[in-house]
Amino acid sequence: MNPRRQKRLVAVTAFVLLLGGAIGAMLYALQQNIDLFYTPSQLIDGMGKDKVKPEIGQRLRIGGMVVKGSVRRAPDSLKVSFDLVDTGPIVTVEYEGILPDLFREGQGIVAQGVLVDATTILASEVLAKHDEEYMPPEVAEAMKGIKHVPPSQLYKESDKGQQP
Amino acid sequence: MIAEYGQLALTFAFCVSLALAVVPLYGSFKGNQIALELGNPLAYALFFLTAFSFWALSYAFWANDFTVVYVASNSNSLLPWYYRLTAVWGGHEGSMLLWLLVLAGWTAAVALFSRSLPLQFQGRILGVMGLIAVGFYAFVLFMSNPFMLSLPYYPVDGRDLNPLLQDFGMIIHPPMLYMGYVGFAVSFAFAIAALMGGKFDSTWARWARPWTLAAWMFLTLGIMLGSWWAYAELGWGGWWFWDPVENASFMPWLVGTALIHSLAVTEKRGTFKSWTVLLAIGAFSLSLLGAFLVRSGVLVSVHSFAADPDRGLYLLAFLLVVVGGSLLLYAIRMNSVRSQARYELFSREVLLWGNNIFLLTATLVVLLGTLFPLVHKELGLGSISIGEPFFNQLFYYLVIPFSLLLGLGPWVRWKQQQVQPLLKPMSLVAIATLILALGTMAATQSIQANLALLGLLLGAWVGSSAIFELLQRLQQFGSITQGLTKLNASHFGMTLAHIGFAVLVVGVAMTKTYSVETQVRMKAGDQVELAGYQFKLVEVYDLKGPNYSGEAAELDVSYQGDYVTHLHAEKRFYPVQRSVMTEAAVHARLSRDLYVALGESLSEDSWALSLYVKPFVRWIWLGGLLMSLGGLIALCDKRYRRRTASLDQKDKADA
Repeated sequence: MNPRRQKRLVAVTAFVLLLGGAIGAMLYALQQNIDLFYTPSQLIDGMGKDKVKPEIGQRLRIGGMVVKGSVRRAPDSLKVSFDLVDTGPIVTVEYEGILPDLFREGQGIVAQGVLVDATTILASEVLAKHDEEYMPPEVAEAMKGIKHVPPSQLYKESDKGQQP
Repeated sequence: MIAEYGQLALTFAFCVSLALAVVPLYGSFKGNQIALELGNPLAYALFFLTAFSFWALSYAFWANDFTVVYVASNSNSLLPWYYRLTAVWGGHEGSMLLWLLVLAGWTAAVALFSRSLPLQFQGRILGVMGLIAVGFYAFVLFMSNPFMLSLPYYPVDGRDLNPLLQDFGMIIHPPMLYMGYVGFAVSFAFAIAALMGGKFDSTWARWARPWTLAAWMFLTLGIMLGSWWAYAELGWGGWWFWDPVENASFMPWLVGTALIHSLAVTEKRGTFKSWTVLLAIGAFSLSLLGAFLVRSGVLVSVHSFAADPDRGLYLLAFLLVVVGGSLLLYAIRMNSVRSQARYELFSREVLLWGNNIFLLTATLVVLLGTLFPLVHKELGLGSISIGEPFFNQLFYYLVIPFSLLLGLGPWVRWKQQQVQPLLKPMSLVAIATLILALGTMAATQSIQANLALLGLLLGAWVGSSAIFELLQRLQQFGSITQGLTKLNASHFGMTLAHIGFAVLVVGVAMTKTYSVETQVRMKAGDQVELAGYQFKLVEVYDLKGPNYSGEAAELDVSYQGDYVTHLHAEKRFYPVQRSVMTEAAVHARLSRDLYVALGESLSEDSWALSLYVKPFVRWIWLGGLLMSLGGLIALCDKRYRRRTASLDQKDKADA
């Protein structure tokens, strides 16, 4: 091999090794930070073909509609708990802090947190969208079978913009 | 009536864009002088027609013309006039019209400011801009027309602008951001025009540089404003959420930053040519990817527009055509390009190559984190989300070597640098770094703060290195005062932008380390202490605004017994959209922000409140501001004008 080719080979090998290392590190970090999304029925009955259920202590996201009348507040702190439902089973979410502006009973929300027992999640974050008729797309998908059209949506135009 | 004229102007503009895409390109390949000279008037016509169309939509908002569907869904007669005007870009259709206006504006600017370029080259640039315009005008006209009417049955009043967007930051954030996104179309057009001609030299890079810098400057400003808006308006006290749409604007910025550095190498040394072209294609493609992600509804985000699969499909097809077409052209043409210049291992070329590697790795991280959940879902593996720690962790590891290189870079010569002469200045910089960083740490008296120390070290390294280098460069002109007048503007711009980066790093590290927050339940008269500050809730009372009602909380803040400030936080309810908004109260100082958000009412007399003390958070935006200011100063460099002027004379001499 002539010296120029040899130099080039070294450069290319170094580059490939670096790139591989970087991608490896990235994938490792990625694996550590993936949170699966569940709906209440998936959480209880299992998800997918194999009916995989989350383990206790697992970090996850859950999305569903807040059950009417289920919001319970502690009298002297910011602790709050509420139930979520999609098509059947009910899951309880516990949270300490301020709920988002548009958190309402009967509305769709997403909570990020840790599973503490089979039907309870300790949430670190609760998200609700700034739109009365909003339902998380995942929940809407899970609830596709059910007719759920709020009257206001019957005359609503095709779209409404959010922040660009 | 005016709305119909707007529609008409937009249709004409589409026809003009078709002509712009065909005529100058035809002229450039056939050598037809007349066709080439038509490029300029067509570009101006495109701009004026689009501006008229934009004015017509603004007028419809101004006059509360609810026969226009888009006005009815994004405005309301109770909305104050300034928000009625900015509501023009509050939804998908109108923001696309703003996008067109910006695109036409850049095209007209190219026509206006590059009259001194060779006519054939200018014709090709305008032609490529025309091709891009055809894609976007067709999209607006056929798939998201803002002038659609709902006659004869139109609503009495509108559905109001999303309250989140009723904020000063929102008035200027989208235009700046679009100036940046679309500005990369100009760099892209320069690259494609050069590929068509097959000629790359340092003059090409010099022509493309100011345009790329301008786009980068606007994008920096736009992202910074967006971050500031999120901080002020969302009431979460955060300034960056790694939200997919934030990422979509961050990726073109990263590649654009790589591009301005790579262009410098191409201009000064004539190497990195094919790499530069690839980056120019990449920056614009990522801007398009951003548009696709935001407007197709594939993302779940606070930012995303309402979903419409057809629009998404169109944008995806457009993206593929642009990327595929330009890469094909690149593959055909780039074979013949050879770089002649040689450089050694320790040279500015290699360090800038390192800069590009780190910036592109960062882009890859963001791209992976943004697209992986989408791919995962499309493959039917279930919905996932990727947490903030993923990005934070990887950026933490990327920023360290990047900043170390950045401190060294400006000192190193092109071609080859001996180690010996750098030892003295670099050790001076290192000493200054240690004094600055440890001094600040000592002043804040904290123990558990590795991240803050690291940020301070890196920031001080980059900052002091930039300042020393500038002083040393100025002295080469005899004295510093003489140097101030003689050194070219782009060097000042570079130094300022690097200092901006240092300020940003310090801001991020300090905020991440020392921010404290608490969420509390308070009654009027209650007092809470946070980081030495006493927050006292004075009263909460009802509020009435033009298009909202709500509550306001008044707080007094004191520090160790001394009165600091009075804070006024609001919670607003917008009845038309039936939504609640938090207006946080912020008391800003360079060294810290006090931030209070009023939460929900818990019982008759007690309220939930979020209190934050965020040290150095202003530095983040200050850093972004300095970076874009650096870009502006570099743009003013005489050589971008002088060289084209001398070329102009040469052209005349040739003719």
